[in-house]
Amino acid sequence: MSSAVAGAVRRERSLEQALCRYVLRLGDTSLVLGQRLGEWIGHAPALEEDLGLANLSLDLIGQARLLLSYAGELEGRGRDEDALAFLREPEEFLNLTLAEQPNGDFAATIVRQWLIDAWQLEIYEGLAGSADSRLAAIAAKALKETRYHYRFSSNWLIRLGDGTEESRRRTQRALDSLWRFTAELFAPDEVDERMAAAGIAPALAAAAGRFATRIASDLGAATLTAPESRAYPWHGKRGVHTEHLGHLLGEMQHLQRTYPGARW
Amino acid sequence: MSVAERLADVREERVWQLLRQVPDPEIPVVSIVDLGIVRYVRSGSDGRLHVGLTPTYSGCPATAVIRESTQAALAAAGFADALLEEVLAPAWTSDWVTAEGRAKLAAFGIAPPAPAAEADREPRAVGCPRCGSLATRRVSEFGSTPCKAHYTCSACGEPFDQFKCI
Repeated sequence: MSSAVAGAVRRERSLEQALCRYVLRLGDTSLVLGQRLGEWIGHAPALEEDLGLANLSLDLIGQARLLLSYAGELEGRGRDEDALAFLREPEEFLNLTLAEQPNGDFAATIVRQWLIDAWQLEIYEGLAGSADSRLAAIAAKALKETRYHYRFSSNWLIRLGDGTEESRRRTQRALDSLWRFTAELFAPDEVDERMAAAGIAPALAAAAGRFATRIASDLGAATLTAPESRAYPWHGKRGVHTEHLGHLLGEMQHLQRTYPGARW
Repeated sequence: MSVAERLADVREERVWQLLRQVPDPEIPVVSIVDLGIVRYVRSGSDGRLHVGLTPTYSGCPATAVIRESTQAALAAAGFADALLEEVLAPAWTSDWVTAEGRAKLAAFGIAPPAPAAEADREPRAVGCPRCGSLATRRVSEFGSTPCKAHYTCSACGEPFDQFKCI
């Protein structure tokens, strides 16, 4: 094999590894957020919202299955969606740090959901035109679902923010506490840059602008104020997490860890 | 058209008929063909039958059951080696629910979906599948399954499901 061909093969292989990492990030974010929302089942403030959060959770876990299956194939080590979900350590999860934050009260859950929905809208819209046809198909499907997730969360954000003194106070408090995790959403690293250069993923800078416009408009309608600084960019997508992820995984992975290979 | 092609056509039509009998596990009055879940039936160059199925929602729990019941129905009719293929693109839309499927949903008490082009707008007046009144109100965009929204009728006072448009 000539060195030029060997070089091309190496580049191809390393692009595939970067793509695998990128798909894992998307899949893990959906999975972790879906698991969080599942914690609300039987506890939401009203039956309709209980069903709503469960429906969102189901869509997100469905998206995670499609994405993690694909990541497992790209990785080529024989791990399927279940092995990736149930048998990885916390530092191997590449979800956004925001997704793993605890549910808190209903306002905190809504603020977290609204931020991630608005982020997913931009990402999935860009990915629907991806040069990678498998990712484009998954994103086009997920985008339809994300549109009504966002309708749910943004409507609630406005009702709570522009609601009673109590609901407004709680929603502003949730925004103040979760805002610091938003710096990570559109901060590109080498994986994002490679994906954008290859036409696989949208460029984050342009997406960030549209996200900011959308967020500002919703906050205006909700009479809420975004905090000034986003300070520290967390590194969930690099595998560095807050302590909350370990607890979440402890519950989610318990059965497979205790009874390896258990099936329904 | 060659004899072989005509035979393949007859076989495919038979399979479509067969799949019209496979019920949706969550709304058994409609079949997987009524819902637009079956995307194609083809005779492959490998001699095997290829059937394309698309999931309605990414996380719809019925997807796995549909796969199993389709495989079982095909096996029972002598197509044990049929290949089921998952089709993701283009993404499923409620516009694919057939006219027959819409009529069956309405008769069962589920308001059929509006055109998907209206998915992002305020929903148009949804007729109550029981009394026909347009004096209805959406209680929640989320109902008993991912594909349904929850409504109530002011005229007859009954709650009902609407098949969501997506």
